[in-house]
Amino acid sequence: MKTHDKAHEPLLHIVKRSAPVWWRAWLIRVIAVVAALIFSGVISFLLTGKNPIEIYATMLDGAFGTERRIWNLFQALAMLLCVSLAVTPAFKMRFWNIGAEGQALIGGFAAAACMLKIGDALPNYLLIPLMIICSVVAGAVWAVIPAFFKAKWGTNETLFTLMMNYIAIQLVSYFVQIWAVPAGSGKIGTINPNTMAGWLPEIFGQKYLLNIIIVVALTVLMYIYLKYSKHGYEISVVGESENTARYIGINVKKVILRTMLLSGAICGIAGLLLVAGTDHSITGDTVAGRGFTAIMVSWLAKFNPIYMIVTSFIIVFLQKGAGEIATTLGLNHAFSDIITGIIIFFIIGSEFFINYSIKFREKEAQTK
Amino acid sequence: MIAAFIQRAIMQGIPLLFGSTGEIITEKSGHLNLGIPGIMYVGGISGVIGSFFYQHSVEQMNPVLAVLIPFGCSLLGSLLMGLIYCFLTVTLRANQNVTGLALTTFGIGVGNFFGGSLTKLSGTGATSIELTQASIYFKTTFPFADKLGWVGTIFFSYGFMVYLAVIIALVAAYVLKRTRIGLQLRAVGENPATADAAGINVNRYKYVATCAGSMIAGLGGLYYVVDYMGVWSNDGFGDRGWLAIALVIFAVWRPNVGILGSFLFGGLYIVHTYIQIPGFGIAEQELFKMLPYVVTIIVLVVTSIREKRESQPPASLGLAYFREER
Repeated sequence: MKTHDKAHEPLLHIVKRSAPVWWRAWLIRVIAVVAALIFSGVISFLLTGKNPIEIYATMLDGAFGTERRIWNLFQALAMLLCVSLAVTPAFKMRFWNIGAEGQALIGGFAAAACMLKIGDALPNYLLIPLMIICSVVAGAVWAVIPAFFKAKWGTNETLFTLMMNYIAIQLVSYFVQIWAVPAGSGKIGTINPNTMAGWLPEIFGQKYLLNIIIVVALTVLMYIYLKYSKHGYEISVVGESENTARYIGINVKKVILRTMLLSGAICGIAGLLLVAGTDHSITGDTVAGRGFTAIMVSWLAKFNPIYMIVTSFIIVFLQKGAGEIATTLGLNHAFSDIITGIIIFFIIGSEFFINYSIKFREKEAQTK
Repeated sequence: MIAAFIQRAIMQGIPLLFGSTGEIITEKSGHLNLGIPGIMYVGGISGVIGSFFYQHSVEQMNPVLAVLIPFGCSLLGSLLMGLIYCFLTVTLRANQNVTGLALTTFGIGVGNFFGGSLTKLSGTGATSIELTQASIYFKTTFPFADKLGWVGTIFFSYGFMVYLAVIIALVAAYVLKRTRIGLQLRAVGENPATADAAGINVNRYKYVATCAGSMIAGLGGLYYVVDYMGVWSNDGFGDRGWLAIALVIFAVWRPNVGILGSFLFGGLYIVHTYIQIPGFGIAEQELFKMLPYVVTIIVLVVTSIREKRESQPPASLGLAYFREER
């Protein structure tokens, strides 16, 4: 807030809106997205010299151009949404789980380990359930470790979960070296390419359809869980005020542990879908930053699973679209990260205008 | 060999030291800036861009300008990043974690985009970003370093930015602990409402601390590119930005502890290349790279269990301050 030395009343002051009206909130958000798109267009124009309309056309083509691209778009959307769903209950509780990257990776790793080590011994109808159990447990364990320390000693969870990411990445890199296929190549290629053991089945001949269906189901379940279940209510209370929660007899430690267990378990499923349903391989970069992007998706959607479909769509669309621009113009693919960053800045900034209104000093208002 | 190891450990540690000193100053004002990794990329690439255009616009490079231009560009680039973060989190009170992560996405994107496309965009016909010449100036060290044997190797064999990093950390430690400005800054980070009531301009402190922190952190990226590597490679900076944030915890929010911590982390980062035990291969190196993070978690847990008041994070770390919401 700027204050003037001489004036008794500052030029402008900020007032919290008592009850944000829903249509105004959405209007502001739409304006923010449009402004961000215009701004990105200008940036793209300055960098590439192409006219902005052409750039947007290229983006649309990159996202929806062919049937294959549309499937890829929805697959990417489903994966990002899945990780976002996973972090949401934790965030609603104000537990900053920024370790989804590691939790999903370790879940995927558990699935990959099953595929590699016992893929030949078990038939798929036994192997896949085992993989699901292993992934869920691995993801949950990775999430519960920081939750335990948070619940018991109040250890800062943001920093703890962040560090756990890199431990997971190094751990996976270690096993990738040890189990390299072919040995000594330093990477795991496609796992079980001939037997397809542990690969999630294709439905109606579509490789990604099962992933998408699972994530849609998870979205609905998460919405119901957060909105209508007792657990969901407890999560909201702990998030709003831990003291209130304690006062009305909620066991805060139990809620923290239970919610992180759930969060990690869904991350584990995300990892499973990435490894067994998408890549059929694993590297330290399998999750590819989704754990971090998911945080923005979830927050931008106000932790509402249904809105998260929209926010993750925006981000995936931008990534695919900007990727296409980079390809056509022979530029670096990191271009999509720049555009994503800009859009998120605008949306983050717009939240302020939803929650607060700016009042000018009386005199100023008259002169204007 | 031990002298060479210490030398390399220090050189590896310096980007972390810049990053963590910057982050400590930022966190002392109550802002957890998770954008530091992105800011360090931008600091690096801004310097590269400055150096690149200077190199291509003149025939003969002036040593002073060859150092000052990248240095200035780097500071400017990271200052802009710091301002974006401040405007969103301080003025618009946005969530710090989300803003920081978006800043990291953006910053790494900027770094890799220009790193990968600079030669194409500039139209100079250059095939790669060569910083050889500027790098030589940055690496200029004490002329007597060679003559002093291992003492020279350990203490006098670096470019000026290494000494700058240590000096900045020491000054930051002094300012935070011993001066009025430092006291007021810590008050802002611990309890902004109280600081506000005491007549401290909370927002100004937050802005200055975060921007100064960003600029210092950005120098870490610059050092890595022009001095340590001498060439830009995409994603070459790796996860050092996060390691710098880990170092903040390891140093329990004290820049002077951060100096030793950064050398230790630097050592842990490269120690695997010095271990020659049979059966210790590439795979085990990956496990070794885990060590800095494991050590950080242990420090984090131990400090939270011991509840020693001096070694806690600033009390209002991560919370936006709004005067009317007290």
